Amino acid sequence: MIKFFLMVNKQGQTRLSKYYEHVDINKRTLLETEVIKSCLSRSNEQCSFIEYKDFKLIYRQYAALFIVVGVNDTENEMAIYEFIHNFVEVLDEYFSRVSELDVSFFNTVFHGTWQAHSSPYQEPIDELPKICSALEPQQACFSPDSSFKGAASTTPIY
Amino acid sequence: DLQSTNLVEVCMALTVVSQIFPREMIPAVLPLIEDKLQHSKEIIRRKAVLALYKFHLIAPNQVQHIHIKFRKALCDRDVGVMAASLHIYLRMIKENSSGYKDLTGSFVTILKQVVGGKLPVDFNYHSVPAPWLQIQLLRILGLLGKDDQRTSELMYDVLDESLRRAELNHNVTYAILFECVHTVYSIYPKSELLEKAAKCIGKFVLSPKINLKYLGLKALTYVIQQDPTLALQHQMTIIECLDHPDPIIKRETLELLYRITNAQNVTVIVQKMLEYLHQSKEEYVIVNLVGKIAELAEKYAPDNAWFIQTMNAVFSVGGDVMHPDIPNNFLRLLAEGFDDETEDQQLRLYAVQSYLTLLDMENVFYPQRFLQVMSWVLGEYSYLLDKETPAEVIAKLYKLLMNDSVSSETKTWLIAAVTKLTPQAHSSDTVERLIHEFTISLDTCMRQHAFELKHLHENVELMKSLLPVDRSCEDLAVDASLSFLDGFVAEGLSQGAAPYKPHHQRQEEKLSQEKVLNFEPYGLSFSSSGFTGRQSPAGISLGSDISGNSAETGLKETNSLKLEGIKKLWGKEGYLPKKESKTGDESGALPIPQESIMENVDQAITKKDQSQVLTQSKEEKEKQLLASSLFVGLGSESTVNLLGKADTVSHKFRRKSKVKEAKSGETTSTHNMTCSSFSSLSNVAYEDDYYLNTLHDRGDKELKTFSLNSELLDSESLTELPLVEKFSNCSLSTPSLFADNSMEIFHPPQSTAASVAKESSLASPFLEETTEYIHSNAMEICNNETISVSSYKIWKDDCLLMVWSVTNKSGLELKSANLEIFPVENFKVTEQPGCCLPVTEAESTRSFQYSVQIEKPFTEEILSGFISYHMMDTHSAQLEFSVNLSLLDFIRPLKISSEDFGKLWLSFANDVKQNVKMSESQAALPSALKTLQQKLRLHIIEIIGNEGLLACQLLPSIPCLLHCRVYADVLALWFRSSCSTLPDYLLYQCQKVMEGS
Repeated sequence: MIKFFLMVNKQGQTRLSKYYEHVDINKRTLLETEVIKSCLSRSNEQCSFIEYKDFKLIYRQYAALFIVVGVNDTENEMAIYEFIHNFVEVLDEYFSRVSELDVSFFNTVFHGTWQAHSSPYQEPIDELPKICSALEPQQACFSPDSSFKGAASTTPIY
Repeated sequence: DLQSTNLVEVCMALTVVSQIFPREMIPAVLPLIEDKLQHSKEIIRRKAVLALYKFHLIAPNQVQHIHIKFRKALCDRDVGVMAASLHIYLRMIKENSSGYKDLTGSFVTILKQVVGGKLPVDFNYHSVPAPWLQIQLLRILGLLGKDDQRTSELMYDVLDESLRRAELNHNVTYAILFECVHTVYSIYPKSELLEKAAKCIGKFVLSPKINLKYLGLKALTYVIQQDPTLALQHQMTIIECLDHPDPIIKRETLELLYRITNAQNVTVIVQKMLEYLHQSKEEYVIVNLVGKIAELAEKYAPDNAWFIQTMNAVFSVGGDVMHPDIPNNFLRLLAEGFDDETEDQQLRLYAVQSYLTLLDMENVFYPQRFLQVMSWVLGEYSYLLDKETPAEVIAKLYKLLMNDSVSSETKTWLIAAVTKLTPQAHSSDTVERLIHEFTISLDTCMRQHAFELKHLHENVELMKSLLPVDRSCEDLAVDASLSFLDGFVAEGLSQGAAPYKPHHQRQEEKLSQEKVLNFEPYGLSFSSSGFTGRQSPAGISLGSDISGNSAETGLKETNSLKLEGIKKLWGKEGYLPKKESKTGDESGALPIPQESIMENVDQAITKKDQSQVLTQSKEEKEKQLLASSLFVGLGSESTVNLLGKADTVSHKFRRKSKVKEAKSGETTSTHNMTCSSFSSLSNVAYEDDYYLNTLHDRGDKELKTFSLNSELLDSESLTELPLVEKFSNCSLSTPSLFADNSMEIFHPPQSTAASVAKESSLASPFLEETTEYIHSNAMEICNNETISVSSYKIWKDDCLLMVWSVTNKSGLELKSANLEIFPVENFKVTEQPGCCLPVTEAESTRSFQYSVQIEKPFTEEILSGFISYHMMDTHSAQLEFSVNLSLLDFIRPLKISSEDFGKLWLSFANDVKQNVKMSESQAALPSALKTLQQKLRLHIIEIIGNEGLLACQLLPSIPCLLHCRVYADVLALWFRSSCSTLPDYLLYQCQKVMEGS
């Protein structure tokens, strides 16, 4: 289960944050500084998963921007790691070469125009319930392909 | 917006619903969202499912009636909707996997289609089809297939397929592989799959990519519990990881090692852990690691010196952040010791010596907890020392006391230690100085202690008897009724003092005086929430410092000391000996397999040596050495049981019993208590009551088991009887409560004949009972060639009575048929007397009765258990069964008047409203209510025009009220209750009933 999603630059400024569990506003800043500190202190050779308190941080660096996801123990780290990359790919496609500047203006864009936008990429469906409501890049983007028939066609359930 | 025709608006509304909706508002929009599940646009359907998922997270009760619709969503033509419904299923299956076994086939088909690339190309991520969806599905399958061979068999194929397909060299495929491995190891094992999974893990662990290595270690940690040999294959990699520059990898490796620890490799592993501990700064890591080390040290300590040294390291590093259980457990181990008395003495002596050397060092700062442990041990066991006299120890303690950095709590520990040592040191200036110093202390607590010490010091004889040497585990007989004060009380009374009234009595009197001003409801609520009765003179015992003592706590609150005496008594002579003997057996049996393991490991290592002879450098050799010490004890089948499963391992330092644990908690609380005695007195007295109650409960159960076990009867009852007598002596403060009950239960075992007679007569009263109450039809739940078991429920007024009747079909007689129920968290299951008859004759039927009481509301729960029996030829067998219980079994009519209904209605806060369509057959109100009365056991209070009032209660006594109103063919239901979940549940049941008929 994802607990929070952060985009922080190297200077420690938070560009985007989304919490899926309630955290006090005051505690958020504290948490964010600690999280980015622990991410910055790590080199490239070290692994991208950090155990922090009772949850895990998974981070990925894109130029000067860190994307950090906090998850609980049961999550598959590698899946989240790739999910971050997927997310960035979606952004890249939308902004056509995304940069930190884009992300800075992101918040308004996010909650405004994104609803109407349609991206050819599939937002990772795994994380949808946690994330889709905040950022919804696609709108009915998949055409009902005939090859997938769902479970009903093969096994009658009732 | 939900009702809008604009697609975007509906989308937004659904998004908002899932983001910010509070619990209370769910019923209002639920029907609207349910409608959206049938929407023609798939994005709306998907969002509706997600909104429902969110509802399920915050209030599972309210959406349970739409489970069927989730199934429809799972079979949706659109992948997105199906994927969204998986979240709900993952969640529900996690809670109760048995209910969804029938869906396994569907999940497997879906996964097959996903893996086979049948999804639209849009779902591909780097040419891997919907990886996150696969992971989700694998996780669900893992949960479903756990310990279930039949379900697992369904998924072998598809797992094999995904393992094969996921061979692309990309991160996300590794994620899928990891999940696959996890699933393969959680479901019922199949050797081919295990082999492949093991190969995967090998690939991970050996990978140069650091992230994969981490993943591999994590997988290994999980797998190692099932298959320790895998660790042997990768031992060199693990050793390398142990020296890895990345602390995260290191920590993961330690976690792995922690899982494979056994008696032989414990020293090395703990040493590695301590090294890591010294480097780490983060508090959370320290707390975690310290706990693990302490656990390992307690379980596997090879010798005394090592144990004490390790614990010293733990205390000095873990310091004040660690869990308070650790020092408590440690002290208990020291005090209670193990089987061997001389070994205990050595352990204690070693502890004392090591602490003295530690204290000798100048300018070292120790954490407070460590100092407390030291002071207790020194106070208790320094008599074991030959060289140093108690006076010298006192001097050391005095030095500590004068230190400013020591907290006042620790100072109380120190003073207690000094108090214990004083009788042994014949005369000591230090003590005098100490008394002088602290009788003028500003801290009231310290002053209290100093005064106690002073008075005791003046009367050496009393002190010696009060604080005997090495008696921390002995029992003290204490006059809890404080009868020696009777004279004083009588004198006071004769001089015209008012007799003492217990607290609750005073409260009531006060209340009755003020009653004129009070409205009635107040009075009612007060008297019902009354206080537990306390017998008289205990309240006046202020200042009776010398009525009892315990060497354990030094001199503290008298009342709390009594508690300890009682507890110990029970723990020491009660059911503890049995456990200890078991421990002895186990440890006796253990050494043999260990030797063979050693040989195995040696062989494994030599093999490795040969293969690596050419490349072996000196460094390598060192690592090999380390490896051999780490993996000692792994690698042969017989060791599997040594790993992970705490139960089968011989705990050298076994926890003694729950009673003791409870005690340790209480002991600390008394330690922490500031000693301004008056205010704490009532507190303590309350604890006293509470404790006696729990103790009584426990004793109760114990005695019952004894009474049932007819073989043990004679021997056990002899030892138990005096005990109970002592018991009731000790607990005179609540004699009525305790003595009565214990004696009553105790009578039957005194004569075997009588008890058997009683038991055999029990079969018939049960038949009478059934006629009094409504009961369900008997249903056969399990059988085999010798016996068949059927069960039925009797809905008694105060509880649910489950009856299992066992029919012996064979021609032989069965011996000691016994029925046991597995504990379930939501229920309290108590056995009705007379359930075990030693012999069941051929072709006859026996019944077992259990009364079930609900402790936490639930909707559906499974009660399972087994029957064990002996055939004639001592061959024993077991038969498992399970029975479904629903909350409905615990609903009883509540018979109240319309006025009461009105009053209650206003006082309840939780309400739920819903409109239900009635079927044609029952369109009139009376007939509808009749159905509710019959099916749900609601009580009809009154019918006024088109409105009806009903009431029921959830056992033991949670009322729920229902108000119904009929418009045309719609029945408006309005529930109110004091319990928040009950209305939801009842509503669900009502809907079922109304729609069903």
